[in-house]
Amino acid sequence: MAQVFKPSSNTYSKLVIFGALLAVGGVGLVGYLINTSPFNTGAYMAHAQPVPFSHKHHNGELGIDCRYCHTSVEESAFAGIPPTQTCMNCHSQIWTEAPMLEPVRASLRTGQSLEWTRVHDLPDFVYFNHSIHIAKGIGCASCHGDVTRMNLTWSVAPLTMGWCLDCHRDPAANVRPREMVFDTTWVAQDQRALGEKLVSEYHVQPRQDCSTCHR
Amino acid sequence: MNLSSCRRPGTQPQADSASRAGLGARAVLVAAAAVVCMTSACRQDMHNQAKYRPMRETPFFADHRSARPLVAGTIARGKLGEDKLLTTGRDGDKFSSIFPFPITADLVARGRERFNIYCSPCHGRTGEGRGMVVQRGYKQPPSFHDARLRDLGPGYFFNVITNGFGVMPGYAVQVPATDRWAITSYIRALQLSRNASVDDLTSEEKSRLTKESSGG
Repeated sequence: MAQVFKPSSNTYSKLVIFGALLAVGGVGLVGYLINTSPFNTGAYMAHAQPVPFSHKHHNGELGIDCRYCHTSVEESAFAGIPPTQTCMNCHSQIWTEAPMLEPVRASLRTGQSLEWTRVHDLPDFVYFNHSIHIAKGIGCASCHGDVTRMNLTWSVAPLTMGWCLDCHRDPAANVRPREMVFDTTWVAQDQRALGEKLVSEYHVQPRQDCSTCHR
Repeated sequence: MNLSSCRRPGTQPQADSASRAGLGARAVLVAAAAVVCMTSACRQDMHNQAKYRPMRETPFFADHRSARPLVAGTIARGKLGEDKLLTTGRDGDKFSSIFPFPITADLVARGRERFNIYCSPCHGRTGEGRGMVVQRGYKQPPSFHDARLRDLGPGYFFNVITNGFGVMPGYAVQVPATDRWAITSYIRALQLSRNASVDDLTSEEKSRLTKESSGG
C-alpha cells in the first residue's frame, strides 16, 4: 500500500501549524493596535461644540492661565468647566455682537447651561483625580498635550490603562517643576535627570494597586 | 449661578465616517469594529454607568443638569462669613485699613501667583492696566500706581475683587477669600515697588543692594 503522506507533507504540516499560530498572534496584534489607536480611542479628533472655543486663542495668544477657568483643578478631582459667567467676565465687554458667541449670551439670558461635548471621557469605573497630579508636578500638557496649538480641543492621549500605568511605573519620565505645571509649552532640557531628582524631592510614589483608580 | 454641563461624546450626531467612505471602506470599518469588539470589551455598560459624575447631563430634569443649582439662601459649610473683616473687607461701615491676618512672604508669593492668573489678563503683570484683554478692547482699568489707589486701604481692594467695580465683575466665585487677601497684599507690594526709597531699607539690606547691584 502506497504511503498516504508524501515527504513534502512534512513541510506543509509545519507551514499550517506555525502559520496558524502566526495568524492567531497576528489577529491579536492587529486587534491590539486598532484598540489603542486613535481610531478606537478618539484621540486627535476635534469634537463639535456649541461654541467653537479656542484654547489656542485664549490660552496661547492671550496667555490666560488654565486656572482662570478651570478653577478647581488644584483642589479637586474635577478640573471644573467654567460657568457661563466666567465667559462673560470678558465677553460682556468685548466681542459682544459676535454671532459665534450667541449661545453664550443665550445661556446667560435664560440660565440654561451650555452643553459642551466631553473631550476626555474616562470609563465610569476610573476615578482620576486632577489635584494630586498637579501637586506632584505632572504638567497639564503631559496628558492634554499643548492646548495652545488647538483651535478646537482634541485629546492626544489614548487614555488606556496601559497608558496610565506607563507613567505610574516610571513617573520620572513626566514629573516637572511645580512652577511649570501650567506652562503647556515647557520642555525639560534633560527630563530623565530632572525627573529623577524631582520624583525624590516631591516624594512621588504613584500607586499601582487596582483600588488606586478603581473602586 | 449658571453651571455648565458636559455631554458624553457620541450622544450628539457627528459626521459619520462611513458615509464619507465607499462601500469597500465601510466593509473594512465593520470588520475592524468586529475585531475591536472581539479583542476587547466593547465600550458600553460599565464604561457608561447609570450614575452622575460632575456636571454630567441628565434627562431627568428639564434643564439637563444633574448638578442642581443651589437653593436660594444656601450657605456652604465654612462659608457662614462670621468674620466680617475676612469676608467683606469692611470694618464697620468703612473699608478696612488693615489685613485680617499677618502678611508673610509666602502669602505675598501666593498673591503674586493668583494675581497673575486672575488679574493680569486685564491689569497686566505690573498693575498698570494694560493686560492682553485690555489690548483686545476691554475698558482700561486705572493703574494701581495712581496716587488715588495708593492711598486706599487694603479693604478697598478686597471689596473690589470680591464684588467687582464698574465693568469689572466680582471674583468671589473664582477666588476664595484668603486668596483675595493674598492678592491684595501683592497689589500692595506692586505699589511699593514703584515708590520705595533706599532710605526705607535697613543698613544690612542696603549693603546687600550695593553688593548685588555692583556685582551685577
